[in-house]
Amino acid sequence: MPNDRPAPLIELKAAGLYCAAGDFYVDPWKPVDRAVITHAHSDHSRWGNKHYLASRQSEGVMRSRLGDISLQTLDYSERLRIGEATVSLHPAGHVLGSAQVRIEVDGQVCVLSGDYKVQPDPTCAAFEVVPCHTFVTESTFGLPIYRWREESALMAEINAWWAMNAEAGRVSVIYAYAFGKAQRLLAGLNPSIGPIVCHGAVETLNDAYRACGVALPETRMVTDVTDKSALRRAMVIAPPSTQGSRWLNRFGEYSDAFASGWMQIRGARRRRALDRGFVLSDHADWPGLLSAIESTGASQVYVTHGYVEPLVRWLNEHGIDGRSFKTEFGDENDEAADGELAPSSAAGDPDGAPVAADDVIGKVVSGDSIDDSTEERGA
Amino acid sequence: MKAFAALYTELDSATSTQRKLAALGRYFAQAAPANAAWATYFLAGGKPRQSVKSSALRFAAAEAAAIPEWLFEECYDAVGDMAETIALLLPDASETSDIPLAECITTLILPLRLLPLEAQMAGLRTAWSRLDSASRFVFNKLITGSFRVGVSRLLVTQALAKLSEVDANIIAQRMMGYLASNAQPTADDYLKLTASHNAHEPDAQPFPFFLAQSLQSPPENSLGEATEWLVEWKWDGMRGQLVKRGGSAQLWSRGDELISERFPELMEMAAALPDGCVLDGEVIGWDSQSDAPLPFAKLQTRMARKKVGAKLMADVPIVFIAYDLLEYQGVDIRSETMATRRALLVGLVDAVNEPRLKLSAAIQVTSWAQLAEVRREARERGAEGLMLKRLDSAYGVGRTKRQTRGEWWKWKLDPMSVDAVLIYAQRGHGRRASLYTDYSFAVWDDNNPDSDERKLVPFAKAYSGLTDAEIREVDAFVRRNTLEKFGPVRTVKPELVMEIGFEGIQVSKRHKSGVAVRFPRILRVRNDKPMEEADTLESLKALAGVG
Ligand SMILES: [Zn+2]
Ligand SMILES: [Zn+2]
Repeated sequence: MPNDRPAPLIELKAAGLYCAAGDFYVDPWKPVDRAVITHAHSDHSRWGNKHYLASRQSEGVMRSRLGDISLQTLDYSERLRIGEATVSLHPAGHVLGSAQVRIEVDGQVCVLSGDYKVQPDPTCAAFEVVPCHTFVTESTFGLPIYRWREESALMAEINAWWAMNAEAGRVSVIYAYAFGKAQRLLAGLNPSIGPIVCHGAVETLNDAYRACGVALPETRMVTDVTDKSALRRAMVIAPPSTQGSRWLNRFGEYSDAFASGWMQIRGARRRRALDRGFVLSDHADWPGLLSAIESTGASQVYVTHGYVEPLVRWLNEHGIDGRSFKTEFGDENDEAADGELAPSSAAGDPDGAPVAADDVIGKVVSGDSIDDSTEERGA
Repeated sequence: MKAFAALYTELDSATSTQRKLAALGRYFAQAAPANAAWATYFLAGGKPRQSVKSSALRFAAAEAAAIPEWLFEECYDAVGDMAETIALLLPDASETSDIPLAECITTLILPLRLLPLEAQMAGLRTAWSRLDSASRFVFNKLITGSFRVGVSRLLVTQALAKLSEVDANIIAQRMMGYLASNAQPTADDYLKLTASHNAHEPDAQPFPFFLAQSLQSPPENSLGEATEWLVEWKWDGMRGQLVKRGGSAQLWSRGDELISERFPELMEMAAALPDGCVLDGEVIGWDSQSDAPLPFAKLQTRMARKKVGAKLMADVPIVFIAYDLLEYQGVDIRSETMATRRALLVGLVDAVNEPRLKLSAAIQVTSWAQLAEVRREARERGAEGLMLKRLDSAYGVGRTKRQTRGEWWKWKLDPMSVDAVLIYAQRGHGRRASLYTDYSFAVWDDNNPDSDERKLVPFAKAYSGLTDAEIREVDAFVRRNTLEKFGPVRTVKPELVMEIGFEGIQVSKRHKSGVAVRFPRILRVRNDKPMEEADTLESLKALAGVG
């Protein structure tokens, strides 16, 4: 008798993952009235929603990407009543401001992870285990072939590669997604090796990070460099779209590398024709996914974007009710969607800062924002 | 093993030949001879008999990684490489040691073959537990017999030549027999391979091959009078040089590879050749009853084997069709005219009088119009078209030297064709929906302004021309060599070369390659061609009349 059963806290609708009790969506892929956003990557935080709710640390990046939107922010753990639901945001450890969305209705708790990682990251708040009945997890790297090394060992390898290039008078170029990966790299670089040059798309996000109090080493844009000879020892951080583009010509001889979880696979490294591939991901690896799922204590787990089927099957073989949601986050198995910025800051105008496009929908309408329900602090 | 694994990683990520050569040089300079012996063996393409069945390997790996077999298969599907999948799945070893390559092969790998399954699995576990992750990967590669790292036998030969200061062709000669599947090369073998040259060692070096250019327009437009040319059939076999000096003979392929062992009957025939002679010609399967060539695929079955059995030799008898004489009575006669060399060649073939040595027939015509008629018979005769060689020309070097340009032409029936590398495959439709039947092909772009590294540029899609059996074979190749899947499309490890024919070609701004071809179709699978020898974008552009 389906009518006697409590309505699920979260369900899949055409526009995205929907919470009926609060009449809102989480990371919708089609425009809706109320969107709770886990993080500001473009596949999770899209244009055209009427009202947005996100973490306070997300505000800068979201506004720079989406322009003048109606956005309400929450501190981590701060509780907000939306309709019948109590909503709070908790660190997901993915990028600056990334959050898991906790929804509670009548004592039932559902947590949507968005994207997350459990490895430490100096540029964002660490993943928080939020106990729940139902956990919605991503599965970007949901196969046991994906196991990340200790970050400090990897950063040491990257710094050694940079130092070796610098000694040879060769510029080092690392392609990294402008939002998140680039800053995490920066935080681990050893600035005593040489100057650090960032592509305009990366620098915009560096500013947003610094504005939130994240310590990053000194960086400069190519246009700031007057003494070209100083570049010979430089580390350049640029978005993947610059690979093979004219933007790189100015650096003369360089060695290049890509920082991504996909670099774990030899074929992916070879196909990109790079000198090096550094396995650095902002997503959980296989052990990370399993430990996160287990520690939530959830008895029901919905798996979204990535290696959905293997993870669902594994969970069911291990006593957890695993199911899947067919979402439109990322491209299946494609990290490329992550961290791509709005078109205005694409490689065509490399040094220009992103500007708000004209076609942003959604203006602040007083008295009709997402917080018109009662607020409930603390607990 | 660590040094060898590091070499593998370096070779694997290097795209330029120069870097690969340098990496090989560094490795061999420091390697102990016993290890260098095995490194040479594997890098140059030697394959020992498989010591462990792939199913046992999978089972042992899944067990060691504590995952069910279905999950192992999912992982294999994502990685596309068995050795790598296993290396990624195994738990980190607690204590690793640097086992020398030779020891690793002779004590950890070769003995496994004769053991019962249980003992094999135990052996694998022990080996894995002693190796670090890079070494494990290479260890798995050696075990699965899929050790390929983008270096050719030729490149290894060159590296050893540079290091030992012995001529590369001498090294190649000495390497004959080195790569046999049951060979167990020792330190001594390696030292002999690289020992300095002594005067008694016969010199079997070939000359650089002179290559013909493709004729794109009818000959009357550019080639003057038909009577100034020697015209021959263009056979669909394999170009070779037969070198007879100091009482012994060697057969070289165009890739500067010694192929004597693959064609024992030609070596037998060569015994009848006079000393101090070098023949340029075509190695080809021949049906003596119909006096016509066997299909190219038959020759491929011969080329696939390093050692040939009596049955295969009877099934695919081989002849050498001689079309030029480069050295005669110990004298290099390449600067003589084609007419002079031809006369000497006719006399020589006649005197040798051996059924396995045939003279390439000269087609007598008095006009181009007459020749165009003759050309139509080519297909019927099992030829690919015609060869045109200027009668007063010397034997040149390579393809592009200016002074010899335009002296050898190939006038193919299918003038528009290139050898290209398979890079993507897509599922077919209808009854072939379960097979990968639609392919995308790439050619080499050598003109990378920023570096000397060549890269593959996609230029055409083709989905017809193969038989069902060939499609099944390619389908299996695609599945084994998938790098990535996007819906119905798979990215395939670049390796397989096919000859692609097309009706026309033109410059196109919309295509990444800069050219667009009309009605591309697959002419045949070229299992005999390493992908490094696929055609270049430049040659495509030349067909389009630019560049
Ligand atoms: Zn993300
Ligand atoms: Zn995502």
